[in-house]
Amino acid sequence: MSTSITGHSVTDDLPGPDGRSPHDGDRAGTGRLGDRLFGGAATGSGLVVVALVTLVGLFLVMQAVPSLLNNNANFLTSTEWVPSGSEPRFGIAALLWATVVTSVIAMVIAVPLGVAVALFITQYAPAWLAKPAATTVDLLAAVPSIVYGFWGLTIAGQFIDPVTGFLQRTLGWIPFFGDAGFSGRSTLFFAGMILAIMILPIITAISREVFAQVPVAHKEGALALGATQWEMIRTAVLPFGKPGVISGAMLGLGRALGETLAVMILLSTLNPTASWSWSVFNGGETFASKIALNAGEFDSPQKTGAYIAAGLVLFILTFLVNAVARIVIERRKAFSE
Amino acid sequence: MAKRIDVKDLDIYYGDFKAVEGVSMTVEPRSVTAFIGPSGCGKSTVLRTLNRMHEVIPGGRVDGKVMLDDQDLYAPSMDPVAVRRTVGMVFQRPNPFPTMSIKDNVAAGLRLNGIKDKKRLDETVEKSLRGANLWSEVKDRLDKPGAGLSGGQQQRLCIARAIAVNPQVLLMDEPCSALDPISTLAIEDLINELKSQYTIVIVTHNMQQAARVSDQTAFFNLKATGQPGRLVEVGSTQKIFSNPEQQATEDYISGRFG
Repeated sequence: MSTSITGHSVTDDLPGPDGRSPHDGDRAGTGRLGDRLFGGAATGSGLVVVALVTLVGLFLVMQAVPSLLNNNANFLTSTEWVPSGSEPRFGIAALLWATVVTSVIAMVIAVPLGVAVALFITQYAPAWLAKPAATTVDLLAAVPSIVYGFWGLTIAGQFIDPVTGFLQRTLGWIPFFGDAGFSGRSTLFFAGMILAIMILPIITAISREVFAQVPVAHKEGALALGATQWEMIRTAVLPFGKPGVISGAMLGLGRALGETLAVMILLSTLNPTASWSWSVFNGGETFASKIALNAGEFDSPQKTGAYIAAGLVLFILTFLVNAVARIVIERRKAFSE
Repeated sequence: MAKRIDVKDLDIYYGDFKAVEGVSMTVEPRSVTAFIGPSGCGKSTVLRTLNRMHEVIPGGRVDGKVMLDDQDLYAPSMDPVAVRRTVGMVFQRPNPFPTMSIKDNVAAGLRLNGIKDKKRLDETVEKSLRGANLWSEVKDRLDKPGAGLSGGQQQRLCIARAIAVNPQVLLMDEPCSALDPISTLAIEDLINELKSQYTIVIVTHNMQQAARVSDQTAFFNLKATGQPGRLVEVGSTQKIFSNPEQQATEDYISGRFG
């Protein structure tokens, strides 16, 4: 059941009916020409993937390291970004902040909403409505990201200023919600909202799939104890679907962290001399939007290396997110079989 | 604690389809009543109307009356959720909640009733597990998943879960059909003990089982293929198995059909 971006699923570890892991090869090879040809081709393809990942990683590290050695600022904590010249100073702190903040806002909105939509489709909606509702949500996934960015900028953005204004007035005393002087549609906050819409379909689709698989016996078990529908969902449906919801959320987070075009169109880049602000109503650049915006200017290995180093951090970040999700899922595994 | 069940002229429908017709019977408190009959004759359906679980299936509804002492289970003011808290149910396949520990499974119904006091929960969990003859087998691993127990233990866990909320009536829908003979024996012994406290109704395909555990037996059958199921005969188990009034009952009991 667990679809996972690490390509590893809970079922991979379960022994088959004969006690073997599903990944153990059998000894069915006959040594005939067909077997050897196909076996060789399959093994070769497997090796190519491994080689490809290793080479890409090596290439990135080799390009990044010389730039990092020339760096005169702390790469992890500095908010400066002057990657070229005789005294390059660059750090990823601002990029990391913008990337994490937009993604966290997207998750905070999209995960509860996606789970709620999935519950509606699988538990509440009458049969004639469930299918069209599911298809509509899936259609959201078919909209290209450039369209989301453009739609956010020209249409949805018109309506966001009152919302941001309200939040700034009522919650402005918290540094996160202070007014940073940007129009509503070019802030991290609004970019996060657009990202939420973009990751909603994947979270909904995967949650819907696991919720639909909850055995009737478990649901009836809860109902027979005198559970209301909502209590039944809490006792039987949500715990059963939890690994799936986490997988869906992580897939969504992966997309939000790496989303480029929509974020690039929306966010106002900051003036290099601007002072640091914690506000979500600030502009900024994420890893992906920064790299995309400057891709035309990679004129020296030093500069290119700096951007590649930033890309590596994004890669590591996504990897860590996946690893944490796997640990969360694995920890409850004994309880989910 | 135990209450009397009075069923009067009960018709059960799924949508326009009439599944069961004209059931009238009485179940005495602190007794075991067995429902027997061929597959598809509506005995499980009748059982599910006793705690309104048939309403979970779209289109499920009834005509007629089911009284629990002087309470009409189908009165408009009656909340099905409240009915199910009074009338517990054990299913054909053991269905402990897979994400919960043994302890949490037993406590699930209490938590639904809003009981949070840890001491009270622990006491009730122990009492219910003892009541289900499971305590000695699981007392050292209460925090382990309930799904890790054997099938028979899981079914006794489900019985513990059902009796933890102090129901008036316990319904069992073929509780042993997925179990081996040893586990079946354990459940039957348990039913014999439980009947001193609860009114028990059990659906079974196993006629020896009906003969062993029940005081009263009800035989259900289809009128004809495609026709609704109906109650053919109900009476003391001894009478039904030795000297039934209806020919159909005798044919079924003696193994001539079904």
